[in-house]
Amino acid sequence: MIKRDLVIVGGGPAGLCAAKVALDAGMSVTLVERFNRLGGQLIKQTHKFFGSESQYAKTRGYDIAEILIKELDGYGDLEVLLEATCVGLYPDKVLTIYQDNHYFKYQGKSVIIATGASEKVLAFENNDLPGIYGAGAVQTLMNIYGIKPGSEVVMVGSGNIGLIVSYQLIQAGIKVKCLVEAASKIGGYLVHASKLKRLGVDILMNTTIKRAIGKEKLEKIVTVKLDENWQEIKNTETEIKTDALCISVGLSPLHQLMSMAGAKMLDVSELGGLVPKKTCDYETTIEHVYACGDVTGIEEASSAMVEGRIAGLMAAKHLGFKHPKAFELEETLNNQLCVLRQGPCGEKIRCGLKKAGEIND
Amino acid sequence: MNKQDIIICRCEDVSLADIHKALEMGYRDFESIKRILRVGMGPCQGQTCEHLIKNEIARFNKVNPETVKIHKTRPLISGVVLKDIAESQDE
Repeated sequence: MIKRDLVIVGGGPAGLCAAKVALDAGMSVTLVERFNRLGGQLIKQTHKFFGSESQYAKTRGYDIAEILIKELDGYGDLEVLLEATCVGLYPDKVLTIYQDNHYFKYQGKSVIIATGASEKVLAFENNDLPGIYGAGAVQTLMNIYGIKPGSEVVMVGSGNIGLIVSYQLIQAGIKVKCLVEAASKIGGYLVHASKLKRLGVDILMNTTIKRAIGKEKLEKIVTVKLDENWQEIKNTETEIKTDALCISVGLSPLHQLMSMAGAKMLDVSELGGLVPKKTCDYETTIEHVYACGDVTGIEEASSAMVEGRIAGLMAAKHLGFKHPKAFELEETLNNQLCVLRQGPCGEKIRCGLKKAGEIND
Repeated sequence: MNKQDIIICRCEDVSLADIHKALEMGYRDFESIKRILRVGMGPCQGQTCEHLIKNEIARFNKVNPETVKIHKTRPLISGVVLKDIAESQDE
């Protein structure tokens, strides 16, 4: 069993930022990543980020990943395990890792869980036909592997992922036939929705997918209109010919490691499902086990980065490691999070955090 | 609506019809449904079907989905070849 000051599970924006701060504080760090490269979801995000300069606004996602990875250059006490899956976490902070058919153990004096989230699915007839994808999966196919998911696409869900992936599909030369949204309001930023509108994409509100049709693979879908109580309206079924359907109806935190270790979990729909109860230091109910990023509630990569830095800082502080700028950094980071969650777009996350008992107003 | 064609747990190929039948038979919580239908016991260990099943249980029992408990998460989170565990040098 290998012992380290800190083991971080997940090499996305939260995990990378946590590593940097912990290394600056003098900790020995192992970063465990399931994929064959670091960066998490950032590596497939070809769009420029919004927000503030301190979270790399106006920079494209994959460039942000490069910046964060480069920041880890030159630290002797950093070990990165790629294509390594953390398959178990135990209350004594032992982690079991599976890499290249080898199964081995690590123990961290502290552990940071930054596993992110996975896509939610929808229940409708024939939802297992080939040609039906999650929007994130489509983004991976296109932007990482250069594979077209189909020749024409219908998108379900108008959150930022649905809107942005629709736009990227168009950039890749794929026809987006329409975008359907069950609610009466666009879920993501209006600026993204407007861009799609200008390109001639129909956005169908109060509409959901009822059925997929096809023999070997998807050929057609049937949509239906919903009333204000989310009930189907009779005689509003419409058939649309398409060979790909993209589902973008939200994300669900990858809570398993914390659940199995026995951390107290809360079910908060606004945060995406099961999230760990944590202190303002991002510590879960297991001492020296921290969580940050989407696994603590679905938000944007910008907040994941800030949360990662806070978690790294706190993991160091609670073990007596001194970050050279600990005091000012803590204040700056907490302020940055407040700013990111301001305004109407942050309402859902504020509501979720309030339910979880983490903020008051 | 053909509930047989709505797949809820794709790892174990469990349909909405199967879930509704189990609920009607009296299996009204996640653990019980898991024991009779194997939902959440495949490669994804419930990460995909969790929300759908929670919603079905909530609807049937007329409660808020947030109050519906999912199954106990146990190690390991994904498939590991037994031979690799047996050969592990780690103590």
